[in-house]
Amino acid sequence: MIEDMIAIIRDYWLLLLIGQYPNGPLGGLANTLILSALSIALAFPASILFALARLSKSPLLRWPATALVYFTRGVPLLMLILWSYFLVPLLTGADVPSFVTMLTTLVVYQSAFLSEVVRAGIVALGPGQMDAARALGHSYIGAMRCIILPQALYNMIPSIISTFVSTIKDTTLGYVINVPDLTFAASQVNNQLLTQPFQVFLLLAIVYFVICWTLTYFANRLERRITRRRAGLLSVPAAPLVAPSKIVSEQL
Amino acid sequence: MIGFDLSAILGHPEYAAMLLHGVEMTFIIYAGSWSLAMALALVLLGVRLSPFRFGDPLVAAYVSYHRNVPTLVQLMLWYFGIFTLMPSGMATWLAGHNAEAIFAVIGLGLCQAAYFSEDLRSGVRSVGDGQMQAARALGHGYVSAMRFVIIPQGVRNALPPLVNHSVSLFKNSSLAVVIGASELTHAVKEIDNLSFRTFEIYLIGTVLYLSFSLVIMSIGAYVSMRADPAWRARA
Repeated sequence: MIEDMIAIIRDYWLLLLIGQYPNGPLGGLANTLILSALSIALAFPASILFALARLSKSPLLRWPATALVYFTRGVPLLMLILWSYFLVPLLTGADVPSFVTMLTTLVVYQSAFLSEVVRAGIVALGPGQMDAARALGHSYIGAMRCIILPQALYNMIPSIISTFVSTIKDTTLGYVINVPDLTFAASQVNNQLLTQPFQVFLLLAIVYFVICWTLTYFANRLERRITRRRAGLLSVPAAPLVAPSKIVSEQL
Repeated sequence: MIGFDLSAILGHPEYAAMLLHGVEMTFIIYAGSWSLAMALALVLLGVRLSPFRFGDPLVAAYVSYHRNVPTLVQLMLWYFGIFTLMPSGMATWLAGHNAEAIFAVIGLGLCQAAYFSEDLRSGVRSVGDGQMQAARALGHGYVSAMRFVIIPQGVRNALPPLVNHSVSLFKNSSLAVVIGASELTHAVKEIDNLSFRTFEIYLIGTVLYLSFSLVIMSIGAYVSMRADPAWRARA
């Protein structure tokens, strides 16, 4: 069986890596990674805006953002993909490639999830940081930009990597609307071979595992380092240690 | 687009029946995979908590595999891969008994067990060491201390992530459409193909998914509230 898998890699590695590329659209693993990287890069700024809107005092900003997050969390990603599959061409009036459809959906979906991460990061800093910044004469925007967000985003780096991992996993759903990604390439290989579906899909699982595991491992190591550094920073003044327990009691 | 008209689908007996069947299958797949996941998660938790350390790397590998491979790929591996390797008698029997739904339950259940077991483990780990020592000092054996003191508190701590993951399992049940199970997403796509009322049928499907998710979230919030010692003291 292992020989079969090695033979599949030997015969189809180019298809699995870049799809039909010179003779057709870019696909395979390259497409999976480009799609994930693009969607996280676009979802990240959007998620900061959503998080700020959800923390805002103005109900006009808070309610739509909250509704969007609840909606996105309650509906399967597959349904959202199928929605944009017919909505995006309807709105733009053009023949939209499935890659763009998938990218749009992933950006909306991941920015809703990421905004919860950003919100938690900001809330976990405690209100003292904002109060102190305002007392020093920063405006709300200035305090957010120079004091709150840099600290919150630094603490969130591991969660952002985890979101990146889940984005990579979510790109597989593009299979349903024929996005030429790694899963699509593997099913093409399967259709050509016909006799070794187990070997092909096991190979697919292994590739995803290696990529996602590496990133998860990296995120965990970074998380430990950040926790250590913050613990070192926190041990100097005693006061901020009160904040986390307060947050926990508020949640309960 | 022709005028917006929900009754074109809901008033049509054939479409309504397809929709109902889809909802029913989604619930069967959800209930089956949730039960499988929870049962397996408890087994994995037992292995993790037992004083024998040799099971730990196995459970860690299990969790790592299921968390780092996309759920869709896991389902494909089960349905397109392992199904075809089965002895022909078994495969024929399964094919006659809704194999798609059975493999959806197996795939989703095994995958979710990894998440559930990690939720439970971190819940149990957040119970202080003093609880075990106090229980032992009061004369509880290890098993009885676990059963009456540690596990109830651990499960209570684990409720919020368990609820979140129960919702995501419900949403993931829509992936079963890829291996051909006739659940809600499948019904939505079928009705779309037959009726051409894309907007209406997707709206119905989305509202159904959203409302069931919200129901699961509220049940979770209610259970968390009931489990909260402050609420119980008041009642």
